[in-house]
Amino acid sequence: MKGRVLIAVAFGLLALNCPSRAGKLQFYNTRMDQSDSVGQQSPMKKQLSLFLNFLVLSAAIALIGCGARAPKEQVIKIGAIVELTGDMPAVGASSRNAAELAVATLNRAGGITIAGKQYRVELVTEDNGAKPDQSAAVANKLITQDEVIAIVGPNASLGAIPAAEIAEANRTLLITPWSTNPKTTMNTASGAPKQYVFRACFTDPFEGRVLAGFITGQLGAKRAAVLYDVASEAPKSQAELFRQTFEKLGGSVVAFETYTTGDRDFSAQLTKIQSAKPDVIFLPAYYNDVGLIAQQARRQGITQTLIGSDAWSSPELVKMSQGSVEGSYFVNHYATDIATPTAREFIAAYQQKYGKTPDDVAALTYDAMGLLFHALKAAAAPERQAVRDAMAAIAGYPGVTGDIRFVPGSGDPVKSAVIMQVKSGQFAWVTNAVP
Amino acid sequence: MIAALKQQWQRALDARWLVPCLLVSGLVLAFAIAHFGLLNNYVQLVLIYVGINIILATSLNLVNGYMGEFSLAHAGFMAVGAYSSALLSMKVLPVAAHPALFHLAVLAGGLVTALLGLLVALPSFKVRGDYLAIVTLAFLMIVKSALENIDAIGGPRGISGIPRLTTLPWVFCWTVALLWLIRNFVYSCYGRGVLAIREDEIASDLMSVNTRRVKVLAFMLSAFCAGIAGALFAHLLQFISPRVFDVVKTTEILIMVYLGGIASIGGSILGAALYTLLLELLRPSTVAGLLSWLPAVVFDPLNDYFIRHLGVLRMIIMPLALVLVMLFWPRGILGLREFRGFIPRRDRRAHGATRLKGTDAHDAADSH
Amino acid sequence: MTQSGVYWLQQILNALQLGSIYALIALGYSMVYGILTMINFAHGDVFMVGAFICFLAATLLKLPFVLTLLITMTASAGLGVLIERLAYKPLRNAPHVSAIITALGVGLFLENLTLAFYPYPQHVPPLLHNVTWQLGGVALSSLQLIVISLSLTLMLVLDYVVRRTPVGVAMRAISWDKTSVPLMGVPVNLIISITFAIGAGLAGAAGTMYSLAYPVIDPYMGIMVGWKAFIAAVVGGIGTIRGAVIGAFILGGVEIMVVALLPSTYRDLVVFSLLLTLIVIRPHGILGSPRVQKV
Repeated sequence: MKGRVLIAVAFGLLALNCPSRAGKLQFYNTRMDQSDSVGQQSPMKKQLSLFLNFLVLSAAIALIGCGARAPKEQVIKIGAIVELTGDMPAVGASSRNAAELAVATLNRAGGITIAGKQYRVELVTEDNGAKPDQSAAVANKLITQDEVIAIVGPNASLGAIPAAEIAEANRTLLITPWSTNPKTTMNTASGAPKQYVFRACFTDPFEGRVLAGFITGQLGAKRAAVLYDVASEAPKSQAELFRQTFEKLGGSVVAFETYTTGDRDFSAQLTKIQSAKPDVIFLPAYYNDVGLIAQQARRQGITQTLIGSDAWSSPELVKMSQGSVEGSYFVNHYATDIATPTAREFIAAYQQKYGKTPDDVAALTYDAMGLLFHALKAAAAPERQAVRDAMAAIAGYPGVTGDIRFVPGSGDPVKSAVIMQVKSGQFAWVTNAVP
Repeated sequence: MIAALKQQWQRALDARWLVPCLLVSGLVLAFAIAHFGLLNNYVQLVLIYVGINIILATSLNLVNGYMGEFSLAHAGFMAVGAYSSALLSMKVLPVAAHPALFHLAVLAGGLVTALLGLLVALPSFKVRGDYLAIVTLAFLMIVKSALENIDAIGGPRGISGIPRLTTLPWVFCWTVALLWLIRNFVYSCYGRGVLAIREDEIASDLMSVNTRRVKVLAFMLSAFCAGIAGALFAHLLQFISPRVFDVVKTTEILIMVYLGGIASIGGSILGAALYTLLLELLRPSTVAGLLSWLPAVVFDPLNDYFIRHLGVLRMIIMPLALVLVMLFWPRGILGLREFRGFIPRRDRRAHGATRLKGTDAHDAADSH
Repeated sequence: MTQSGVYWLQQILNALQLGSIYALIALGYSMVYGILTMINFAHGDVFMVGAFICFLAATLLKLPFVLTLLITMTASAGLGVLIERLAYKPLRNAPHVSAIITALGVGLFLENLTLAFYPYPQHVPPLLHNVTWQLGGVALSSLQLIVISLSLTLMLVLDYVVRRTPVGVAMRAISWDKTSVPLMGVPVNLIISITFAIGAGLAGAAGTMYSLAYPVIDPYMGIMVGWKAFIAAVVGGIGTIRGAVIGAFILGGVEIMVVALLPSTYRDLVVFSLLLTLIVIRPHGILGSPRVQKV
């Protein structure tokens, strides 16, 4: 290892100190250059050389430092990939909070016992900036450099899909709390499900079916309008699946409007929807968009019921929409008002540690960690393959978001959804939807 | 004594066999690392990213640095290259059976992007400077919007399941090939035309430089290289979507170019390497590992207040560092300067680079 | 599409509101470009910081609307001057593009700094009571009226300042010829700082009004709005104040009308294609004059 680093350092220093005599193209002395002297090592150039040499050396030290860290005994490392920067920092912050809470709770209770030995769990959190290339790099880093036993995350499918590919290729368990894109757990080339990738949430097709069934059945609606973010794949697939299912059940989609991520003004689309006179309006958007859309809709005089997806299930929703979502229905992972003791415990602990009510990302991440701990306890040895087999064999785990089990051959869990309504500013349970 | 050593050193650097020797050893190293796993997967991945970013930075440098335009369309070129090569290798070419066809897909991706580069070059005849920035930004937005709207190629969901065919040695080969291409272009008569356009377009037009042809060639070459980088990127990540290729990506490439130095191939290499490596180095677990030898009394508070938050802090530190670099080296670290190995022999005198005493009597009299 | 006149009237109101906000930001771009020939890419993020300052003032200080607006404008102006002194002044003699990259860096820095404090989107409490009137089918909200009228007032004030006051004359003089103006006893650095302060102050006002109209704010909201306002400034003729305003209203109008007429998926495509054509046909923008380049 040290030898490789020395070679790298030698190359680096060689490359750096070559251009100390680099000339500059002479025929630019008209406008572009004013201050550089020719050839001599000005103080600034010397500083530059020193600075760059320092950079190479520190990179070398980092390589030494990273690779040669001796594994501490009795510690199991779990990797978490979250979107701390990039365009969805709220998702990453919630996810990280829930993961840290889960690990802290477990360690406080004495850690985890695998095959008779006691271990402490260490969480290695990495940021993927909501970008696929960073996701792939970070997944690689966690697997090969940090040697984690399993990975939780990423949340957005944009990052989850590349990370899932890396995990599958390296035979490491990856469970994503929030990614609803069916492709995450599927091998696109063969169409077969991936062996090592699981998720803690239900998928888009299931959600679309549930909602369409609820609207035609319980609400008796025949005409629906849809407004969704065309540049975001979860809302778009939910919108299309909803349309398919709704039309199959005999309804008609009278308006199918779109906007782009980051839009703030929906007046044109809302006016179109208003003139189409629907019975309900389906809005599969993230809660901060919903706040804007609902307020603008009510301001324009649209009184129809709004229907939402699981992205609505954040406690911030009511605050963001200032009463304009009163009476709306949406799909959630768990009902906070008829919460099970497990869920209530989690909500209380989260509130105490972080001062806010957990949203769906937090709840799902907590469940993903819980599933992982359950699999670790049942594993035959603290190894990646054993943990993966234990996860696939989970026949019923009572999580915050309901009962979760995996069927053999699929990384998608079998779990039910709940339909909630916003009543007097609170979320109220309406009905359950079992698969 | 030192002077004699220095002279020997300079003579060695001037030797004909230096650059080919470095290239061959680099290639051997790349193959060895990939084949024998000398470095772990993560470090290999980072090196591949460095290679792809070098191609992107150098191709943007061609238009922004050497030609003095301000083009923001680079992420769009990358997108077109990525999508076209991914579609080719997934739907058209039997890549699974013949992996060598991967390079055909990459090349085709680059050629399709070159056609788009031709399209972008056309407005540049009439429009310069900040207005060209708008035009190229508009191109980028149009490409992104088109990709989001065409459902046949995935729409906002993108394409997943692209075969993983990019490896370290192939990236090294492509990087070297494209750098060689750009370097030859810059030091050819077309390259002289590019530099002339940057200095004074009207004067160069009067001096019989065919500005239209030069601009078209420069844009096409730049787009070709960016398309190839995009193709390599697609076959590495196995998943692409329009969200990846937005203004933020262009901004990143711009930063790499201006950080390393405008109008300098060595500068682009430096900028791309610095940016990519720093981004990876400044991760919490890496820095924690680096500093773990510190005594606990120093390390623990450092960890709690600084290192744990590096995920967000590094995105504050990086732009700040960029601004600082710009304040001290406005043209970038290696702006307008070049590594000696890249400059062809016949141009080295013009660069004032030859400092060997006694090798050539004429040089001593040169007062460039 | 057979829509009634009411529908179009509604859309026109929407366009006016959007256009006014773009106009306030575009003015900042235009003024800075007119004086320094530099595109201040951090301007969109100054707008975003302005919105966050408004949020802080509204939630912590709980002052009435006018005071909040004044505080936000002052704070944003201060931020603008700070950025100018620290990041742009040293680069006045450097190549053009270095200043642009510095601006991009400053913008990124502001975004991520705000992100570090507020990763979750925030809701700005309503500062004004909103009343919606129904006038023959058109829903007119007092909020829209206030946004439009306030923006127009600010633009008129700016127009007056630039055309009638000594400071404005100095600004215009510097945009004509930067080298000989100091010889006439004009404190160039001070005037440049004042220009940045005014531009940033207007962006702060835009941020306040934006959070009135669209009360959910997040650290990345400045990016697209900033780029669109920049495009508006260029379309109208960058460097001219009236051009910035006209360009902004045109862009707002086109955006709204495209969504009204065509399926909304094509909005970005159509807007940017139109923009492209306009720039190629008339590169200096609508009210801009071609820059005479001496050979």
